[in-house]
Amino acid sequence: MKKNTFLQTSSQTVGPFFAYGLTAQQYRYDFPSLFNGNLRKNDIDGKEISIKGRVLDGKGNPLHDAMIEIWQADPQGNYNTDQNSDFLGFGRMGTGSDNFIGFNFLTYKPGKINDSSAPHINLTVFARGMLNHLFTRIYFSDEKNEIDEVFNQVDPLLRPRLIAEKVNEEEYYFDIILQGENETIFFDI
Amino acid sequence: MQNNPWNKRDWSNHPDLIYPDYKSTILRNPQNPLKKLNNFNEIPGPKFESFSIRTIDSDLTLNAKKDHNPIGERIIVLGQVKDEFGKPVPNCLIEIWQANSAGRYVHREEIHDAPLDPNFLGAGMTLTDDNGNYKFTTIKPGSYPWGNHHNAWRPAHIHFSIFGRSFVDRLVTQMYFEGDPLFKYDPIFNSIPDKKAQNRLIAKFSIDKTVPEFAHAYVFNIVLRGRQATPMEV
Repeated sequence: MKKNTFLQTSSQTVGPFFAYGLTAQQYRYDFPSLFNGNLRKNDIDGKEISIKGRVLDGKGNPLHDAMIEIWQADPQGNYNTDQNSDFLGFGRMGTGSDNFIGFNFLTYKPGKINDSSAPHINLTVFARGMLNHLFTRIYFSDEKNEIDEVFNQVDPLLRPRLIAEKVNEEEYYFDIILQGENETIFFDI
Repeated sequence: MQNNPWNKRDWSNHPDLIYPDYKSTILRNPQNPLKKLNNFNEIPGPKFESFSIRTIDSDLTLNAKKDHNPIGERIIVLGQVKDEFGKPVPNCLIEIWQANSAGRYVHREEIHDAPLDPNFLGAGMTLTDDNGNYKFTTIKPGSYPWGNHHNAWRPAHIHFSIFGRSFVDRLVTQMYFEGDPLFKYDPIFNSIPDKKAQNRLIAKFSIDKTVPEFAHAYVFNIVLRGRQATPMEV
């Protein structure tokens, strides 16, 4: 194993005022946004879905100043990095621009990356009051998740916390619970 | 099965999740420890090299200019992004946002009674070059008060959002300025457990990089996670 020569730069909170920089279009500030909550493109062949949810604190109150980033494979199971997908697969939303205090990503259902994975979406949470961002994953209630190498490492009793509920054919719902009884599973990756 | 090759977050250099002096951390972080994972396939990350980012977006003194130059001290902030092994990280997306010279953010929920500057937004973005170098031109931000405790003032800072080469290689941080009298009172700065790590968030004035008749320069280098050539044994 290689030894480190330099030490990681420390994390600090995204704070309450990221909106005009990181999510400017969503919040209607006059600055370009490289990405937003709509990952769909015209030329992608796949099942359109939305993933909606809230970010809740330890008292069950929704955060209106959190930011969510998602990263996923395309409907065929290819990441954009592999350069065999035109689908960027990356989205970003703040939770406070709408009457609904939360996020609502418009995307496609991702395909399986390989035989040891179930379709999933990687997710990162940032917020005022979070000195470090946190990583989790969204799996789908209508998939065989037990084959997945990461899902399998979570205590079976806690696995439901990683699963988005199917509302209807096009809509899934997933709350991120930062603290409390049904706390989301966050990964040390 | 291929193991994830990325070094983990080095928690000796990052804050605890819950740091009670910064009150908002108390209810907004998990009480359970983060779930450790053994083997899992590498999670790649989005590639940004094809994104068309305007040159003007790394110059915050120009990218929101209407009729006058923004008020305040013009500065250059520059540095290099490399990984823990010293390897430069090219095509790394860096996004910044900050208060204006009076300590006022453009954000609509900001209520601090300091003036907005009609010629300054305070947001910028750029990609690092082939050697991992980046450069912004901006206005030195002011300090501003916040509600964490009595007489709480943030040291002047610029927010940085940095994408490395993997989804797990992500960093959001804040860059501070040498000589700020507020460091010892700021719980966000002091949440970093190691004094040397705190010091690495402080940009250093550089006379060599300062441009005559134009602007002071501050150097802020950034270190992201390293990637093992051979995936790590866990």
